[in-house]
Amino acid sequence: MKKIFGKPDSLTDKRTHYCPGCGHGIIHRLIAEVIDELSMREKTIGVAPVGCAVLAYDYWNFDVTEAAHGRPPAVATGIKRVLPDKLVFTYQGDGDLAAIGTAEIIHAANRAENISVFFVNNGVYGMTGGQLAPTTVLGQRTATAPLGRDYKLDGYPLKISEMLSVLPGVVFLERTSIFNVANIIKTKQAIKKSLIAQIERKGFSMVEILSPCPVYWGLSPKQAMDRIKEEVTKEYPLGIIKEQN
Amino acid sequence: MRIKIDADRCKGCGLCIEVCPKKILKLSEKVNKKGMKSVLCINEAECISCASCAIMCPDCAITIFKE
Amino acid sequence: MTNKNILISGNEACAEAAITAGCRFYAGYPITPQNELTKYMAERMREVGGVFIQSESEIAAINMVFGASLAGAKAMTSSSGPGISLKQEGISYIAACRLPAVIINVMRGGPGLGNIAPAQGDYFQATRGGGHGDYRTIVLAPASVSESALLTYRAFELTEKYRVPAIILSDGMIGQMMETVSSKIFDKKEVENKRNWILTGCAGRQPRLVKSLFLEQGALEGLNKTLQQTYKKIEQKEVIVETDYEKDSKLLVVSYGSVSRIVKACVKKLRKQNIKVGFIRPVTLWPFPHFEVKKLAGKKTNFLVVEMSEGQMVEDVRLAAEGRSKVYFYGRSGGHIPTEEEIAKEIKKYIK
Repeated sequence: MKKIFGKPDSLTDKRTHYCPGCGHGIIHRLIAEVIDELSMREKTIGVAPVGCAVLAYDYWNFDVTEAAHGRPPAVATGIKRVLPDKLVFTYQGDGDLAAIGTAEIIHAANRAENISVFFVNNGVYGMTGGQLAPTTVLGQRTATAPLGRDYKLDGYPLKISEMLSVLPGVVFLERTSIFNVANIIKTKQAIKKSLIAQIERKGFSMVEILSPCPVYWGLSPKQAMDRIKEEVTKEYPLGIIKEQN
Repeated sequence: MRIKIDADRCKGCGLCIEVCPKKILKLSEKVNKKGMKSVLCINEAECISCASCAIMCPDCAITIFKE
Repeated sequence: MTNKNILISGNEACAEAAITAGCRFYAGYPITPQNELTKYMAERMREVGGVFIQSESEIAAINMVFGASLAGAKAMTSSSGPGISLKQEGISYIAACRLPAVIINVMRGGPGLGNIAPAQGDYFQATRGGGHGDYRTIVLAPASVSESALLTYRAFELTEKYRVPAIILSDGMIGQMMETVSSKIFDKKEVENKRNWILTGCAGRQPRLVKSLFLEQGALEGLNKTLQQTYKKIEQKEVIVETDYEKDSKLLVVSYGSVSRIVKACVKKLRKQNIKVGFIRPVTLWPFPHFEVKKLAGKKTNFLVVEMSEGQMVEDVRLAAEGRSKVYFYGRSGGHIPTEEEIAKEIKKYIK
């Protein structure tokens, strides 16, 4: 009997604090699998965000730093400019990247910083109790928009990936999801494309991953995955948004 | 043994149960050390080592083997 | 090497001294009155093969410094007033993660947008941490262009030695004026860098973490105690203060930076008229020369604190005097630089 699937080396043994059915566990593992496959564990420096994934540094088995909220792209810029041969990525939620960190992500992308960004979009602020996120869809109820997102009060769901796609320094942008096995595999392929683009010094790349938050969506893990498939992808369509050769 | 489940890592989210093509995963009646009902495989002989459950699992609770 | 005299501005002297010390990463955003520093770095940093980034904001700049420092570089940023306020969160993170970093504040009039004239209204911000949490930053206050260079080099030495962020508290006058300095100020070796905790990829070792979140019981207090022990060492060893005429003075004028030059000239003139006045010039604002002030306090001597603010360093002088002397204050704000005559008039209020 041969082991054909197990925990990758780039993940530690620590059991995560994430809720049952949270997408972070899957996405952390996919990043770790790709780093293992590219044999880059000893050359990787990760930048963790503020949010539920603030503790990501406990789960990755390589050098990681924790940045201030929204600032991972600036921190990653500092690291990559000093150590251009290392693999540097940021891992950010929708508050970190699309609210407080919008200036940092736009300008890191605009400077074509040779980094990879993994943007976990679950349309809500989990860590702090389920508040409205820039990516919350219209009508979705949250702690700070209890009657549901109303464009007259809260604006529209923000399409950061589409916005970034007009920047010449962005070489690869894809929106994927993890709501079933086929899409998990597609997400892994997108992560790999992004890290390879960095290794080949092509420029800035980002993967936006639609992820569930069962607790603050008020759904079971299975229902949450179904909601992504049936509702969220209508507002945030899956697919390659930009790919330069 | 084609599937090994670490009951104490499992959080009972049930996502693996949905994706198993052979429908041989079920929530246990017992709770694990964390007070959660973990998943178990009710018919190992039917397992085809597709690893769908392990791919879906957010907690690396499942290891898959093949001949 | 033959020494020559260089005519240079305070801002540029800070930049060149940083390069001398081995600084190879600079990120900054334009703001008056420190733009000369950023411009100088844009040219000079590329010459020495370092990294220069004009960042999108002062917030991005301090976070780039955070990243560059944890990756092993000697890193620096500079700004003024509103920009330094923006950096406070980042400085708190740098202090918590114990990263070496140098931040230059060329003070301008405040609060708010204020004006671009020199002021000393950021003393509290610099010496009381400035951002959230229980931390300190080393604060050095130059009073001349050559001191701008000397103290910037010293800042890099101290931040590397103690892993505590170091602030150069300059002001718009010192930053933009030009004086001649000897080139030998820039003829020093790079500050040694013995960082064994940086993130470089975990080849040949266990993975490392640079973080400031400590949720486990006792862990954050542990960090805070470590920081406090380091601060105690700095307080014991790194105070720099200049005094004169203190032995027989009835009034000691306490001032720093630009103001101290005017005070010195004023005191010298008054001494010629046999007025028993002296001066104290703190060069390190943190650690503050508490011991020196305490030693001189007593029935025979009072203090007059002169600042380009509405009264910030005066509180530290009062604390240090422990009520044993009177502490008077003369302050001007909004960019007004007190003249010798104005200061002399104040001094004569208290001693004849």
